[in-house]
Amino acid sequence: MSSDVLTLSSGGTILRAWNLPDGLMIWETNLRTSTASNSQLHVMSNNKAARDNLVLVSAGRWIYAVSSIDGAISWEKEFSLDDLEIKRILQSPENDVVYALGLAGSSKLALYHLSAKTGEILKDIQESFPGGLCGKTVLGSDNVFVALDKARSSLLLIEFKGERISYNKVLVSDLVQDLSGSFELQSLSSDIISLQTSSSISLLKLKGTDGLEVLQRFDQPAAVSDSLPITEKEKAFAVVQHLGSEIEFIVKFTSDLSSEIIREKVNIDQNKGNVERVFLNSYIRTDKSHGFRALVVMEDHSLLLIQQGEVVWSRDDGLASIVDVTTSELPVEKDGVSVAGVEHNLFEWLKGHMLKLKGTLMLANADEVAAIQALRLKSSEKNKMTRDHNGFRKLLVVLTKAGKVMTLHTGDGRVIWSKLLPSLRASRFGGVPSALRIYQWQVPHHSVMRENPSVLVVGRTGAESSAPGVFSILDSYSGEELNSMKLDHSVFQIIPLTLKDSSEQRLYLILDSNSNAHLYPKSADTLNIFLHEMSNLYFYSVDIQANVIKGYSLQKSCDLNFGDDYCFSTKELWSIIFPSDSERIVISETRNMNEVVHTQAKTIGDHDVMYKYLSKNLVFVATLSPKAAGDIGSVLPEEASLVAYLIDAVTGRILHRVTHHGAQGPVHAVLSENWVVYHYFNLRAHRFEMAVIEIYDQSRADNKDVMKLILGKHNLSAPITSYARPEVAVKSQSYFFTHSVKAMAVTQTAKGITSKQLLIGTIGDQVLALDKRYLDPRRSVNPTQQEKEEGIIPLTDSLPIIPQSFVTHSHQVEALRGIVSIPAKLESTTLVFTYGVDLFYTQLAPSRTYDSLTDEFSYALLLITIAVLVAAIIVTWIWSEKKELGDKWR
Amino acid sequence: MEKGKGLARRWAVELPDASSSSPAVPDPPGFTRSAPDADDAAGARQRKDSEAAWKAQKAWEVAQAPFKNLMMMGFMMWMAGSTVHLFSIGITFSALWQPLNALRSVGKVFEPFKDPRVDTIAPKLLFIALNLAAMGLGIWKLNTLGLLPTNPSDWVSSLAPAREVEYAGGGLPLI
Repeated sequence: MSSDVLTLSSGGTILRAWNLPDGLMIWETNLRTSTASNSQLHVMSNNKAARDNLVLVSAGRWIYAVSSIDGAISWEKEFSLDDLEIKRILQSPENDVVYALGLAGSSKLALYHLSAKTGEILKDIQESFPGGLCGKTVLGSDNVFVALDKARSSLLLIEFKGERISYNKVLVSDLVQDLSGSFELQSLSSDIISLQTSSSISLLKLKGTDGLEVLQRFDQPAAVSDSLPITEKEKAFAVVQHLGSEIEFIVKFTSDLSSEIIREKVNIDQNKGNVERVFLNSYIRTDKSHGFRALVVMEDHSLLLIQQGEVVWSRDDGLASIVDVTTSELPVEKDGVSVAGVEHNLFEWLKGHMLKLKGTLMLANADEVAAIQALRLKSSEKNKMTRDHNGFRKLLVVLTKAGKVMTLHTGDGRVIWSKLLPSLRASRFGGVPSALRIYQWQVPHHSVMRENPSVLVVGRTGAESSAPGVFSILDSYSGEELNSMKLDHSVFQIIPLTLKDSSEQRLYLILDSNSNAHLYPKSADTLNIFLHEMSNLYFYSVDIQANVIKGYSLQKSCDLNFGDDYCFSTKELWSIIFPSDSERIVISETRNMNEVVHTQAKTIGDHDVMYKYLSKNLVFVATLSPKAAGDIGSVLPEEASLVAYLIDAVTGRILHRVTHHGAQGPVHAVLSENWVVYHYFNLRAHRFEMAVIEIYDQSRADNKDVMKLILGKHNLSAPITSYARPEVAVKSQSYFFTHSVKAMAVTQTAKGITSKQLLIGTIGDQVLALDKRYLDPRRSVNPTQQEKEEGIIPLTDSLPIIPQSFVTHSHQVEALRGIVSIPAKLESTTLVFTYGVDLFYTQLAPSRTYDSLTDEFSYALLLITIAVLVAAIIVTWIWSEKKELGDKWR
Repeated sequence: MEKGKGLARRWAVELPDASSSSPAVPDPPGFTRSAPDADDAAGARQRKDSEAAWKAQKAWEVAQAPFKNLMMMGFMMWMAGSTVHLFSIGITFSALWQPLNALRSVGKVFEPFKDPRVDTIAPKLLFIALNLAAMGLGIWKLNTLGLLPTNPSDWVSSLAPAREVEYAGGGLPLI
């Protein structure tokens, strides 16, 4: 039993036992609990050394007792009290009675005495509290329970052993003077409780139900660990507090709070924020005394291991929760300027060369070989901090959930800079700011080449959508915060406009929850540009709750504050209301704003032309019948259907609508150029399906006269307006697909000439690159000769999955969430960044690298061939001259 | 060829000299000018006629030469097939280049047969026509290879998408 680990997962429904030495799963038990409840696991300790211990799982009103040998459920008990939530399970010293303590509603406390053998209720005590309880509770000692009342102003000390429940009330303000905001309770030992507020930690001693006494107080922002049993009686715990740029690591025993075992100061990076959590761990030193190390979780979700006054290692685990990604170009290479602190001094340089020399002469030992490798990597072409000709080297600027912006180099994934944004820092007990999006703010080109590019981070000061927004503008090269502003309106939607002002700043329109639009950046220049274009700007919003899509136009001056020139009101132009009883919106997709399309025509096999319907305003919306939104298998095929819409977002015109009967979600879609590909589950065929819709513009289809085209007498370059009546032709097809999908994207290239590949994040956390040619609605079972020449693949019922086309190779991107494709300067190549818990980056060439020579290309051979040819030409020329001369003399 | 031609011309140039000098110096007695002269002149004329005929024949032969070429080219093209690859492209371009070259040097080709009595216009026209036919064949081949911009697709495939007047942004609200 000592070598087993028990895990409760999937919202408290699956209990598993694992063998610790080899990780084998011993047994698994499924428990029926409501997923909303907060489930808990309690292992009964058995002093009688019998092997069969009971594992108690509580969730909501249920208690399950599971045998630890085979996972069989010994008994289960559902309590009859409504809204009961079991908070704690305890056992009597004799192991025959189980105490279950639960809260019902907000004011009722219930205590059940259960037989450990059968689960019978032996005793049932209930007590109501007039002030109510807030639900947060902590166990004080064996028979005292400390709970917080609803007003969060006093602590209730509840004694529950015995015949009835008795309690005593202690005001928090008596213990901690400057109480602001909320606070947390944590039990350290049977009578020590820590009370943490946003600015301090107090250690309290429990004196039965009589009251609490403050033993010690830490006035800096700090965190306290759980207590760790060291010996039979002793428990140790750690407190980590901030002291200026350092953190102080203090270890104490619970038996004697006045003395300290360890007090160490550790220097840490200021960009990591405050300490969030501390986990203490002990080891035995060589002199048999106890040493302590601590794992510290920082505000930016990074981990530090502290031991003997220094950081042993640290990990940026904030990168596991990426919210949004953008890219930035690296600085242009300039003579004599070494970028980003790549420092060279003569000694280093000499040392490096000595090492390399040793390496070539095979005199280097293993360490030196590693050092040479590291040097090579560092000086390698792909890791340079300058812009390259092909645009392969870029900075990936990522925004993490903790409000930290980090920049990764595409060469080796190293972090160039990181910045914890002060405006998005969560005070642990206050409002929770959320990081929303990151955009390119200024991308300098020609005229303002000397300036550094900058990125814009948009966030909210609170979790709710009406909380005011926050802007933060960062320099892409240094991470320095150039500007930070708190907006006086909420951020409901962000619309990056295609417009730029004279300093290459992009224009953004922020919509607040009152449907007012705010223009950024706020300058007269941008306002002029915007007003010039305003009549052609629209926006639409997809409301999943109300099942409505609405389109708006912008109007000058908003009704809120008249003086604000940068605020615009909106006017509803159109709305599409879906019938809620048969259709629910599940997904809305649009084209990537930065997508470049090379041509508007598609040439088909017989040299004919089809004109693509290319509109940035095309929106794909999919709805599911309400029943089909649930889990697969929960609905009959007759009741499930998926309806796909193609909508023009300017006019609200539905360009195409198609129904898939017997289809179920989840739906994933990607829209690019003139096509959309979406993935769903086909209930009739019991397989996943992928469908493609291609949309063509029929109003331009008669532009087929060669002479007119030669002379330029056609309407193909005339600007398109959505208000012209579109005549579209649609082609569609669907195919079976083996995998379930987590994310979908499409490759983007610089000019849009290269053929496209779909990037499909599969359920196995891999990324599959699937040629768009497989999703061509013109595929047929027997393509004609012409169609074959065109490259149309004969139709098959399912899409082939070629093992070699997994771009992640054998790697898995754990918990894959998003795939981003960034065009390189080289047309054939695109950069693919995949994020989840793991990060994965690679370069893809969907049509092979047709515009550059491969790395394997032997330039030496080419040069040698040229040299040999030149030599041969010279030699033969001399020969022929000589021979001619000889002939003349003859 | 050049030298022979020069000699023949010198002969022709000296003859009128002799005839002009003949009245100045009287013929010796017993010498009748007419008989051998007529004999000689007849022989020369005969020779000249045969030469002209030969030249004309040669000119026709030269004029017809591209026909053989044409047939061979056709055969080669048929062999090359209609897919674009190195061989078919090479053949097609040589089929275009050869007639073009021949047309450029048409004067040069017929220069040896230049004779006031030989009509080179007709052979020349035939030569030109045959070469044009060969070139047509080459162009036809080029077209079958799909290398001629005769389809609308060849003119619009590089046409950038038209600018859109309106722009609508938005989508799902941020969560």
